[in-house]
Amino acid sequence: MAAAQSEIRYLTPPSVDVKKKKYCRFKKNGIRYIDYKDPEFLKKFLNEQGKILPRRITGTSLKFQRRIAQAVKRARHLALLPFVTDLMK
Amino acid sequence: MHAKFIIPTFAPLNFINYKTKQRFMNNYETVFILTPVLSDAQMKEAVEKFTNLLKAEGAEIVNEENWGLRKLAYPIDKKTTGFYQLVEFKANPETIATLEVNFRRDERVIRFLTFRQDKYAAEYAAKRRHLKSSKETVKEN
Repeated sequence: MAAAQSEIRYLTPPSVDVKKKKYCRFKKNGIRYIDYKDPEFLKKFLNEQGKILPRRITGTSLKFQRRIAQAVKRARHLALLPFVTDLMK
Repeated sequence: MHAKFIIPTFAPLNFINYKTKQRFMNNYETVFILTPVLSDAQMKEAVEKFTNLLKAEGAEIVNEENWGLRKLAYPIDKKTTGFYQLVEFKANPETIATLEVNFRRDERVIRFLTFRQDKYAAEYAAKRRHLKSSKETVKEN
């Protein structure tokens, strides 16, 4: 009886997910220039409304986040990417 | 114009190589969108107008790419498509001002972007050109 009480039971098993370390894909793959002429690539850094995803989520380093932002803004100017949209993907 | 009023860029504007007496040339690329109402011949003529303008200004054209009629991500001037044209060139910084004035004056151009390639961009552009030329040779074969 005492043993059963000490044992804590959960209705749903507690999620023990291993924290995956985020990394900057540009640093890892040695990409040094982000092309504004390639909207398909830039779409990886946008959410469904066409907003630029924060660094916190993508794990991009600050240096490349700035370059992504610049490239996305250039692509938007050239109507390669939308300024606002719904359900882009 | 006095030198102090010139907008600073990364490359010195009045840099002249004292040995070769040549002006400083930057690598640029420009993308512009032409209205879809033009016929193919008219579109080609408009593109030629700008490339000739660049040549007349002493620019050296490195690469030209016609992306054809593409859908715009959002309407510009109530138009949903446009002819995209990319031109890469080497030029003096002053050339850009005249080029952009001509873009603004021309009603056929609905959008343009001129971009100075830094060393990484130039590297990427060279690789892209190489890829393109290799692809073309494959097609021919």
